[in-house]
Amino acid sequence: MTKDNKTLSKLDALEAQSVYILREAYREFKNLAMLWSIGKDSTVLLWLSRKAFFGHVPFPLVHIDTSYKIPAMIEYRDKLAREWNLNMVYGQNKEALARKQTFPEGAVDRLTCCKLLKSEALKHTLAGDWTRYRMNHKTGQYEEDTNTEPYTGVIVGARADEEGSRSKERYFSPRDRNSEWDIGDQPPELWNQFKTDFAPGTHVRVHPLLDWTELNIWEYIERENIPIIDLYFDQGDGQRYRSLGCYPCTNPVDSTARNVSEIVEELRGGKFSNIAERSGRAQDKEDGGGLETLRRDGYM
Amino acid sequence: MTNRHEREQMNVVIVGHVDHGKSTLIGRLLADTGALPEGKLEAVKANCERNAKPFEYAFLLDALKDEQAQGITIDTARCFFKSAKRDYIIIDAPGHIEFLKNMVSGAARAEAAILVIDAHEGIQENSKRHGYMMSFLGIKNITVCVNKMDLVGYKQDVFEKIKAEYSKFLDEINIKPDNFIPISAREGDSIAALSSNMSWYQRASVLEALDNFKKKAPKSEQTFRFPVQDIYKFTAQADDRRIFAGRVETGTVAVGDDIIFLPSGKTSRIKSVEGFNTEPKNCAFSGESTGFCLDTQIYIRPGEIMCKKSDRQPFVSTKFRSNLFWMGRLPLVKDKNYKLKIASQHIPVRIAEIISVLDASELSSIQKKNQVDRHDVAECVFETLKPVAFDEVVNVAETGRFVLVDNYEIAGGGIILAPVFDENTSLKKHVRQREENWERSGITPQNRALKYQHKSALVVLAGQMDVGKQRIAKALEEQLFNRGQNVYFLGLSNQVVQDSVGSNDKVLNKVDYIQQLGELSHILTDAGLILITSITDVDDYELKILKSLTHPSQTLVVEIGQSGLNTAQVDLCLDVGVEPAAAVEDIQRHLNKAIGLDPEYAI
Repeated sequence: MTKDNKTLSKLDALEAQSVYILREAYREFKNLAMLWSIGKDSTVLLWLSRKAFFGHVPFPLVHIDTSYKIPAMIEYRDKLAREWNLNMVYGQNKEALARKQTFPEGAVDRLTCCKLLKSEALKHTLAGDWTRYRMNHKTGQYEEDTNTEPYTGVIVGARADEEGSRSKERYFSPRDRNSEWDIGDQPPELWNQFKTDFAPGTHVRVHPLLDWTELNIWEYIERENIPIIDLYFDQGDGQRYRSLGCYPCTNPVDSTARNVSEIVEELRGGKFSNIAERSGRAQDKEDGGGLETLRRDGYM
Repeated sequence: MTNRHEREQMNVVIVGHVDHGKSTLIGRLLADTGALPEGKLEAVKANCERNAKPFEYAFLLDALKDEQAQGITIDTARCFFKSAKRDYIIIDAPGHIEFLKNMVSGAARAEAAILVIDAHEGIQENSKRHGYMMSFLGIKNITVCVNKMDLVGYKQDVFEKIKAEYSKFLDEINIKPDNFIPISAREGDSIAALSSNMSWYQRASVLEALDNFKKKAPKSEQTFRFPVQDIYKFTAQADDRRIFAGRVETGTVAVGDDIIFLPSGKTSRIKSVEGFNTEPKNCAFSGESTGFCLDTQIYIRPGEIMCKKSDRQPFVSTKFRSNLFWMGRLPLVKDKNYKLKIASQHIPVRIAEIISVLDASELSSIQKKNQVDRHDVAECVFETLKPVAFDEVVNVAETGRFVLVDNYEIAGGGIILAPVFDENTSLKKHVRQREENWERSGITPQNRALKYQHKSALVVLAGQMDVGKQRIAKALEEQLFNRGQNVYFLGLSNQVVQDSVGSNDKVLNKVDYIQQLGELSHILTDAGLILITSITDVDDYELKILKSLTHPSQTLVVEIGQSGLNTAQVDLCLDVGVEPAAAVEDIQRHLNKAIGLDPEYAI
């Protein structure tokens, strides 16, 4: 590969910074995990981990299964987990599901449903006080995980351009004992030195994708040929998902983009260049547009 | 792979005193360049109408409720917009002094800065402080906007007065701004285009000034610096490569280049450049996060800087002189350990000397202080617990600056002005003091040696975990004891150095432990004993500490298996799995030379 002038391209520079952050996290946190939502961003994050660790992913991948995920997402998750030999773990709010405290079943509103099935499940799965299910690669089945130690470092695929509150995140962002985020008092970050020291009981969220835009993500998927779930592509009915979530609260957008390069074209000059990416996500609108209430509470 | 669609990107920070109109300027830039999502402007305007408050462009940025309530920016927010020339990430940095650490975080990511000054209020405390911080952070591209010109009737003399005064200040701290622009962010004057309200100003608009900022030249021409972030070996995944991972901060390196790691001084040669899902490469250049395999098997810890043998090399010292700014809630004080992070090295550090402290808003007021308070800037000498490798910031910025961690938080940032090579280290001071305060026994070491028929010594068995160090140590003790020698096995394990503590505390605990061991060793060898001990994972510098504390008695170092020690430090190397009896024989042969009585003892 020849590089003119030895200057990194934009994607190379983004990749180098993300890899640097992932390695810092791996060096400093003994109990490290990565959240994998199966969406395009955290799948790019997973790919970047394989870049950082030369083909390996040396920490568990955690998925929060609300039971309302589009079924193809779970199939895709387990397929990649097997192919890439991933240490795959999922958690779930069994109690809320058993008591039918969900929006689709009519018991609670959208925001409460998100809080119960996502935020609560996430909080307790990370803390290790709710059961974690880990894939046994010999049988291909999930089993109760014997490791119940809390994760002290959690890698997340949040991007600054997604919405207001995410634009204020640090690369390394501490959460207190209650997973709360003190936005007014965040640690300084300078010269690629991050907050890697933390008091017992607290944990740190790591955001390697902070500087990436939606377009960068798709350009990188195209360049690296990353296998991405086909819900993002038009299957012939003129619709595709732009952002993935639970099926009762996520709507596809009108688009005839059938593959990655068509999505890149669409974002570059086309119809979505001025419409928010999460516009298909109903819960954002109930949170005053900022996602802030959910995020303070541990939502990713 | 350069994409033909690829556009240049630049991070620009907007700084200035609180209320001087930074957020308004950004809101206006977004609105006037068509960067807002559809309907956003209308939504915010409608919201203002509903709440019966006048619309402001700053509201476009204040996504967080806290900020809307207080009407000030608390933390840096990033927003994205494009000009015809390139893509920008605009960082809105808070102006309030209380949020200096947030301002620094935003500005440290930027390649260029716009400093905003209110024409009506003039130059304020933070206008100067922020200017000073820009110079500290090494930001060279700077444009000054004199805002709210509408409030002073667009008068040129107001603008010229501020320009003259502020230029003089910036000159003192070596900043030469590219532009001074009179603007009104609220009215949109000189933002995307020049305005008829100020026909006396015919130079760049803010948008033009942004496009005129120059990207930094690639750092590939500089000396090669590769701070080792980590060393990977994924043996469990059937991967035998031993990869030195990190980011090339400056310079280039190629397969076959001779390299040296500092501070350890170990050398090797680049065997391969490693990567995943890339074409094979035989060189790496500045900015790349990459990894290397080496020709020889060497042991170093993360944090060392890999350099080319042919290049000018960084300094290695335990002391350096620096400029520092402090953001911590608690002041920076003497006689306290902090954690120094410099490139990928983490090491305990203390202040050796506070040379001067100044308030960055009033550069003239230099005070004689015994501590560095929050928001102070100071010139200090620091002393690290172990030697570190670094450059002077003027030569290589990436390895010439550091942060200090206090109580889990990054509390200060600094740039290194020069190394200090001082023979008077705290260890030497300590040994000298110990000698002065030590009331010596009337029985001399020579008398004891004659009586016991051997000199005293310390035998250190070094090596990785579980290589049988203790078993050999005890077998050696038994053999010497049976021969009637005065011997003692000291089983003070360094397992007290727990895994659970942070990396800094680990280094601190380890050095504490070595010092404790050294003091015990000094007493016991002074009493004429042969002292035997084993240490897991000891490094060259720790052995040096141990040796100087044990002096004048000799120290014999036996390494079991390879543990990364410099061969000059080691008296005897044994293989892992050696029979204890055979090991004892070997060690005794070496020990006899160390403890055997000199001929003059017989006289």
